Formats: sequence, C-alpha cells, structure tokens
Amino acid sequence: MRQSANPESLVVTITRQGSGFKRWRLVLPALLWTVAFFVIPFLFMAVMSLWHRIGGEIVATWNLDNYVEFLTKPHLVKSLLNSIEISFCVTVISIVLAYPLAWIIAERVPARWQRTALILAILPFWTSYVVRSYAWLLVLSKQGIVNTFLLDVGIIAEPLAIASTRYATIIGFVHFFVMLLTLTIYANLKQLSPNYARAATDLGAGPLRTFWHVILPLTLPGIMVGAFLTFVLCIGDYITPKILGGSNELVLPQVIMLQIGRRADFPNAAAMSIILMAVVIIAYLLCARWLKMERT
Amino acid sequence: MPGKWLQKILTTVYTLLLYGFIFLPVVVLVLFSFQDSRLPIMPFKGATLRWYEAVLADSRLIDSLINSFIVAMSSSVVAVVLGFLAAYALARFHLPAKGLQRALLTAPLTVSYLIIALGLLIMFNALGVAPSLWTVGIGHVVINTPLCFAIIYSQMGDHQVNIERAANDLGANEWQTLLLVTVPMMLPSILASFFLAVTFSWDEFIISFLLSRFEVTLPVEIWSMLRSGLNPKTNAAGSLVFMISIVLLLVAELLVFRRIKQK
Repeated sequence: MRQSANPESLVVTITRQGSGFKRWRLVLPALLWTVAFFVIPFLFMAVMSLWHRIGGEIVATWNLDNYVEFLTKPHLVKSLLNSIEISFCVTVISIVLAYPLAWIIAERVPARWQRTALILAILPFWTSYVVRSYAWLLVLSKQGIVNTFLLDVGIIAEPLAIASTRYATIIGFVHFFVMLLTLTIYANLKQLSPNYARAATDLGAGPLRTFWHVILPLTLPGIMVGAFLTFVLCIGDYITPKILGGSNELVLPQVIMLQIGRRADFPNAAAMSIILMAVVIIAYLLCARWLKMERT
Repeated sequence: MPGKWLQKILTTVYTLLLYGFIFLPVVVLVLFSFQDSRLPIMPFKGATLRWYEAVLADSRLIDSLINSFIVAMSSSVVAVVLGFLAAYALARFHLPAKGLQRALLTAPLTVSYLIIALGLLIMFNALGVAPSLWTVGIGHVVINTPLCFAIIYSQMGDHQVNIERAANDLGANEWQTLLLVTVPMMLPSILASFFLAVTFSWDEFIISFLLSRFEVTLPVEIWSMLRSGLNPKTNAAGSLVFMISIVLLLVAELLVFRRIKQK
C-alpha cells in the first residue's frame, strides 16, 4: 500500500490507522463475555470460599477456615492425592500406549490409508461421554464381558472386582486419552521433516538411536501439550470416577459435587475448587516451557 | 530378513490390540442394545429392536435430545462469532496489551469445566437467575469461545493480509473486507471450530447438570437413566447417540475437511 500513489488508497491508509476504537470493538464481545461469565464468576467463587455455611445460611465470615479444614481432614487430603495419582497414571499410560500407535500409523501404514486409520482410531470418541463410561461398566462389572470371558476360560475362579475401583477409572480415562493423544502425536510426527531421520541414519545411527535422540526430542513439545491437557481434563472430571470408580475411593471432583448436591455447601465446594485449580496451575508451571502458544 | 518380519508382526499385533481396546466398549454397547432380555450382559440372547422402540417412545429423552441440539447449535454460533472477531482483531491490528488479551481469552481452556460451572452457579444464585437452558448455553459459550479463538487465530497467516489490503485498496470498507474477503478465506477453520464446538457442547455434562433444572440436555438425561443400573434401554439410547454423531462426523468430513485438505 505504501507504493501506491493513488490518493484514495491514502485515505484508506489513514482510516485504517485511525480507527483505534473500531479495532477494539472486534475483540470486545469476546473479552466482555469472558469477563462477565468467567472472571466475575470466578471472583464470586473466590469470595464464597472465604465464607461459611452455618445452619442453613451462608454467612460472610471472611476467613480461611474452609482451606484449613480441607488440609487438616485426612479423608479430604486423600481425595486430592487420589485425584493426582490417578491423573498422573492416566497421563503416563496413555502416552506410552498412544505413541507407538501414532508412530505406526504415521510411518508404517500406507499414506492413502492413514486418514482412515486415524478416523477409526478416534471413532469411539464420538460416543457420548457419559455413555462411554457406562459402556466400560458393561465390560468391567462383575457380570461384564471381561469377567464372563475369564471365568469361562477358567483363568479365574472368582469374578475380578474391577468396577468400583480406581483401576476401572484409570481404564476408562486411558481409553479416552489414547484416542486424543494418538491424534496429537500423529500430527506431531507428520510435521517432522523426514530429513532428520535420514541425516541421523547417514551419520550412522541405528533406528533405535535415531528415535531416542532425534525423533523423540523433536516431538517432546507436542507430547507435553498433550500430557498437560490429559492431566487437566482428568483431574477435573467427575463422570468417569463417579460411574466407574464408584464411591469406595473418592476423587476431589466427587467430593466437591457431594458438597453441592447433598448439603448445598457452596463455601466448602468453592474452597475445594480453588485448591483443585491451584494443582492445575502447579502442573502448568511444571511444563510451562513447552506450552507456548505459537501462531503458525 | 527375520528382523523385518518380526517388526511387522509386532506392529500388527500391537495395532490390533489397541484397536481392540479402543473398540471394545463400543462394540459391547451396541451389541447389547439388541439384547432380548432385561440385562445387557452375557450371554447374548438374540436380537430385538424393542429397546430402540422404548427409547423413541420416551418423550423425556427425545425432549432432551432436542434441547441438546438447540443448545449446541446456538452456543456454537455465538462462540464462533466471538472467537472469530477476536482472532481477526488480534491477528491483524496492533492493539495494546495483546499478550494479556490473548491470555484472558484462552484462560477458560485451562480451567476444569467443574470450576467454570460452579462459579457460574454461585454467581447466578447470588443474582437470582434461575437455572435454565439459557444458563447452560452461556456456560457452553464460555468453554467454546477460547477453542474457536485459538483455532482461528492459529490459522490467520500473514499471506492473507495482502488479499485484505487489495480489497481495501479496491474500495471495500472494513466490514465488507471482513465479511466478503476474510470470512470466505477463513471458512475451513471457521467451520472446523464450529463443528468442534458443537461436539463439545453436545457432549458436555457437568455445566449442563449444574446449570439446568427442569429442561435438561441429553447427557444429563442419560445420566439419570444410569440410576436404574445396567439396562439395555440405556444401551439403545447410547447407541443412537453414537450413530447420530457418526452421521454428523460424516457430514463434517464430506463438507468441511475434504475442502481443507484440498486447499
């Protein structure tokens, strides 16, 4: 535009540069929405976490008792630890399972079948999320497919109690995140130029060394994004542990929902939610260096 | 070469095992939706469609399906519009505190739905706003706007700027450029983010659960069906939802993603 001597385009240039308010106007709806329905509710919640439910009333007490109470009650701390342990296990297992699958699809499946292979790999992703957990209950319960099969074959004499334990929760989660991570890791592997692997081979590295020293480090940022997403989605989820894990071993979201549902104890629920969020922020800081949002 | 063969066998076995794992629950779900007995467990007693009839005759379930559809469509449209405008402005113009604005807009992505839902619940309670499909929709826009913004923003390349400048030079005003040049150019990512938003809203549970009361969405209705334990009717409802999603996926694949690929 600078080269143009057309006076009209000069006018355009001026209006383009002079319309500061107009430009603001375009971001404004999204910003206002986020402030009104995300930031302000969050502030409401933060304030609520400092109050108390006494009798049937919520009283503005302005203290940290809810937090102190949480951290001094062993069964509540246990629920937080359960959440962290389960989310961590799920993240690690899902990556370990999904990476080879993504690699096989990217490197071993013929190019024209890769898309189909991927769509197939994430097809069950499209079942409803509540239904997916229910479906795993059909598989894992005492009269479920796995137990019936193992009993019939004679491997076990008594049905395994998988449902209503943390193992069922982990299986349900891993199922979902293997699909998600296969997709993201595949995208990562495809972005790599094949020249990296060729160069490594030319320099005398075997397939394993090439993978360990070249391919894996190059895909690490993508894996970390996936890992962070997995951890965050896992630790905040209520449905999967509720349906599959049952109530023998509660996770934090279940405890929060108990506060809301049974007792309408919003102050306590709010304090626990903020603790949950603090855990996510710590996880974020631990892998922050890989999580920069880049515009391509 | 035995090593090559071994590798081939290993990769094939691994792939089959993982696909088996991925498909196991879905196959069981769909298979036992045809179960001709009161329990969706082994042995399979023969095929019947009566559970599907029961689902289609269940007016609460059908109502919730319609509710889900309305909420998913309308909240996704709002989320895409908000996300697109913000992405456009932030990608094209020099605005103050860009980093902060971007961080604010994407912040909801890093917060659990449960926390977003609880915050909204507390705020609506305090303001005396009754839970309804509207409040559910508001919540869904909150979770989907950052997603739409991030997707569209990541696809706003500098190569499109020149085309917009050309339009400007040829006399189009800012809104004309935006609607007649930028939107068509960005259509693949706009549609992709729309479909993703629809999927997320359609499937979302906790916000819908906490922010609705009498009119509920499909996941909440299915959740209340689960109280009756293992039941072939739940299988049938789940299988139907799955089939609807697959049809939507096929439509999206044929209409949108083919076009993205061609570009």
